Amino acid sequence: MKELICIVCPKGCHLKVDEEKDYAVTGNGCLRGAEYGKAELTNPTRVVTSTVRCEGGTHPRCPVKTDRPVPKGKMMEVMAALEGIALTAPVHVGDTIIENVCGTGVNVVAARNMDKGG
Amino acid sequence: MYDLIVIGGGPAGLAAAQSAWEKGLKKILIVERDKELGGILNQCIHNGFGLHHFKEELTGPEYAGRFVKLLSETGVEVRLDTMVLELTPDKRVHMVGKATGYRVEEAKAIVLAMGCRERTRGAISIPGTRPAGIFTAGAAQRYVNMEGWLPGKRVVILGSGDIGLIMARRMTLEGAKVLACVEVMPYSGGLNRNIVQCLQDFDIPLYLSHTVTDIRGRDRVEQVVVSKVDKNRAPIPGTEMVFDCDTLLLSVGLIPENELTRQAGIGMDRRTNGAVVYENMETSIPGVFACGNVCHVHDLVDFVTAESQRAGEAAARYVLEGEAGQEGCLEVKNGDGVTYTVPQRIRPEQVESFCDLFFRVNRVCRNSEILVISGETLIARFQREHLAPGEMERVTLPRVLLDKAQGEITVSVREVEA
Repeated sequence: MKELICIVCPKGCHLKVDEEKDYAVTGNGCLRGAEYGKAELTNPTRVVTSTVRCEGGTHPRCPVKTDRPVPKGKMMEVMAALEGIALTAPVHVGDTIIENVCGTGVNVVAARNMDKGG
Repeated sequence: MYDLIVIGGGPAGLAAAQSAWEKGLKKILIVERDKELGGILNQCIHNGFGLHHFKEELTGPEYAGRFVKLLSETGVEVRLDTMVLELTPDKRVHMVGKATGYRVEEAKAIVLAMGCRERTRGAISIPGTRPAGIFTAGAAQRYVNMEGWLPGKRVVILGSGDIGLIMARRMTLEGAKVLACVEVMPYSGGLNRNIVQCLQDFDIPLYLSHTVTDIRGRDRVEQVVVSKVDKNRAPIPGTEMVFDCDTLLLSVGLIPENELTRQAGIGMDRRTNGAVVYENMETSIPGVFACGNVCHVHDLVDFVTAESQRAGEAAARYVLEGEAGQEGCLEVKNGDGVTYTVPQRIRPEQVESFCDLFFRVNRVCRNSEILVISGETLIARFQREHLAPGEMERVTLPRVLLDKAQGEITVSVREVEA
């Protein structure tokens, strides 16, 4: 039996997940909590948001995000993959920055428009 | 002469201008002091925005980008790099900008959407030396996310508000070591989900009922001393922990930025540090509205958007249909367990069918009832499983119930046996 706080919504339900009963969740206020409880113990995932270097734009950094959640254990690997990236303005929101980052099948995409300028 | 001038181009100003345009105002001006629209959202690169409004999870810049795009399809005028210096009670706005110099513009209606700023070290009087390396969490967020600087490598965070928690994760992802998050209250001021995904995911300890009692270092922060506090929030001698660090981030609250509001003589509420507003976000000066964090500090931008849309619509109605009547105005009072309410005044005549009432509680409550009472009459009762000071609460009052109230209504919280 494992105790978790649900992060799906601001309510923060105190979940109990039973690993021996196919990850049955109790204490959840809604169905999404049951899904979260099971996923958190079998394959926890997170969306990674960060920034990359951007040249010739209105700001020196452009925000990016993974377009779907990646396995929690891969977060630092994704961060390392962003290290060497340098974009050139203009950049459009949704532009793919890295395809299939760290073999996760997830893409890193731009999270804003970055116009030319200084 | 403008129909409407919106002061501030963050999420509140963007939504208010958009809604006023949709309701038929044609000559609208947004005045923004930064070089772009979007306000604080531009530096909030984490996700979790838009779940209510767009029904999907967006980052801050994406959320702002959607509103900026909508606005670009209207005829709303935007003046960037322009600072408003003064608002007069007769709705003249003094402003100074790089491109346009000093200007005075007149409007039939005004929306105040200036947002808030962070409390600093000075506001909470931490003892110790005054070295470099002490930042508000939001300032650090701007350095990291927009300008590309990492403010430090070994970090202690004071305050467990959401910005502090978000920055604990952000600094860690960027390679800094976050040693501790320290909170003077016995509960966190941030959302539970942020405790989990920003602290627990990275094994960052959260010290509740602790505070910073000394800052050491000559040129740069070298050590921070953390002590446990008693139930009166006084540090307990002998409980000191010393952290070797180069940076202290402060996430110790936000203050609505109301210099213009006060100067204009608008009635203020000491509990929210914002203007006293009616059900349609109108202030004590008819035709001047306030919305978003300048009115009261929100947890979620989605709620800022909803509130600001109401303010924008009300501004349009004021310009097109004239001043609202004051008959039967109700004062909203705080009862037991409630720290503030917005709105503070309700004119039932102006409520079409429902009136949303926002408030915060002063303690963590389980299984509670929210009671709305006028005199001896119970107007409405609502059940809640969970209430916390860090989470803004809302109840919806139907017009038919408001019509039963006289003079004032009181909102209070009562815990019930489970």
